[in-house]
Amino acid sequence: MAPQITITIVFFIWPASQALYQSMLVEDAFGLSRSFVWFENFIQLFGNPTYLESFEITVVFSLAVAFLSMGSALLLAAAADRVLHGAMAYKTLLIWPYAVAPVVAGVLWFFLFNPTIGILAYVLQNLGYPWDHKVSGTDALILVIIAASWKQVAYNFVFFLAGLQAIPKSMIEAAAIDGASPVRRFFTIVFPLLSPTTFFLVVVNVVYAFFDTFGVIHATTQGGPAGGTTILVYKVFNDGFIGLDLGGSAAQSVVLMAIVISLTVVQFRYIERRVSY
Amino acid sequence: MVENRPITNILTHLVVIGGIIVTALPIWIAFVASTHPVENLLRSPIPLLPGGDLVANYSEILSEGSARVGGIGVGPMMLNSLIMALVITVGKIAISIISAFAIVYFRFPLRMLFFWMIFITLMLPVEVRILPTFKVVADLAMLNSYAGLTIPLIASATATFLFRQFFLSVPEELAEAARIDGAGPMRFFRDILLPLSRTNTAALFVILFIYGWNQYLWPLLITTDESYYTIVVGIARMVNAGDTVPDWNLVMAATMLGMLPPVVVVIVLQRLFVQGLVETEK
Repeated sequence: MAPQITITIVFFIWPASQALYQSMLVEDAFGLSRSFVWFENFIQLFGNPTYLESFEITVVFSLAVAFLSMGSALLLAAAADRVLHGAMAYKTLLIWPYAVAPVVAGVLWFFLFNPTIGILAYVLQNLGYPWDHKVSGTDALILVIIAASWKQVAYNFVFFLAGLQAIPKSMIEAAAIDGASPVRRFFTIVFPLLSPTTFFLVVVNVVYAFFDTFGVIHATTQGGPAGGTTILVYKVFNDGFIGLDLGGSAAQSVVLMAIVISLTVVQFRYIERRVSY
Repeated sequence: MVENRPITNILTHLVVIGGIIVTALPIWIAFVASTHPVENLLRSPIPLLPGGDLVANYSEILSEGSARVGGIGVGPMMLNSLIMALVITVGKIAISIISAFAIVYFRFPLRMLFFWMIFITLMLPVEVRILPTFKVVADLAMLNSYAGLTIPLIASATATFLFRQFFLSVPEELAEAARIDGAGPMRFFRDILLPLSRTNTAALFVILFIYGWNQYLWPLLITTDESYYTIVVGIARMVNAGDTVPDWNLVMAATMLGMLPPVVVVIVLQRLFVQGLVETEK
């Protein structure tokens, strides 16, 4: 018990309270002077157009990642659930990207989309689309969304498949006898029954996109071009360690903490209650 | 399935196979790139089939490493990753199984306070509190050391919860029986709880190993000394080596190697992995 508590206090509680305290200080880059300014950092933060833009990018990014990775995972899981022969092999071939580090996923897609030598960039350019994620913020955002989703599909797939296999076969058989087609069965029976899983995964995916994708971005676009892929976590890192704006960075940390805590609370409150249908 | 629909069946297979192809595409390209001499990778389109430099590239990356990471080879970096992943995994499991044991089986003052304190850590990923945590580690003079790399990541709410849930499901009769037979709490822990939680521990091990191996932000901040770089950090540095074009064949060889251990773990221990994944998120 003692070691766990010690580590928790030293590396979690203490830093968190430090962040809270620091978020209310203004300090120069050399730490020579500091003054207590209450909520000024926060006011500045939300008055800052770059921060708001970063907020917007983060929202777009995480919704896109959640939607893309969950959509494809659901499709694959529904298909894999139907397969009778070789189901195990299919499963294995679909879940391994979970083990790939976000950074590595970023590097792999970065290579595929590299404007000079990437295969996919080459294809796109031949189709008439001038792909260059070093110039276009949209392209860069698409790149990180694809890389982040690619890795997350495996995770969602495992949960959707488990959810699908837990649905009693008798219900589906009954619907089939009543003449419902597979597509119709999916939307009227299977999908509603999956809603707890889906809801849970939405929260997990948003948290993933908010926080775990730092590696993807740092290894590929580095937040650029022109801040086009600077999500909030990246901005905390950038302002704190490179810009040395400690107060501002701490204020951003506090905002992020608030977001995580509220997401977790939402998850715990509703996960038990189940989504009603 | 319920009824036999040949067309739907074919469609299903096509969907799955399509998914597998999309999943595998980046890896295939990376593998192909890692088998070519660097000249083939400077101009589009790059080859789609493996070339002849497989052995040369891999032995170069293993023995010398890319000059751009400052001469440290991939071997030592893999070793660093391994040490980090194993210490985090073993540390997390040990620490959380003990605290779960304490929370479930002992009554002591402030028990609920401690419980909630652990619970809060669940909510705060490293990424959120990097700066202050970094400061604490710096103040404790743990930068550039394995201790600094691992200890801050060891506290784990998830694992504690998992073990707590599991211990709560162990029938109370077992504890009573052990007490009647004269076993003390530690004996009970060692001889009954540990063997019972063997599968849980193994499943957790798989998940945590991957977690530890794939850490990026933390090692990036804590290590400025090259000899402590993990493979994941090394790969990212090779890609972003200034404005020059990276030696893609070597980068991709390093990427393949760096990906290998966790992927092998997932594939070999697939059943445990799925179990661990589903259980840690409950």
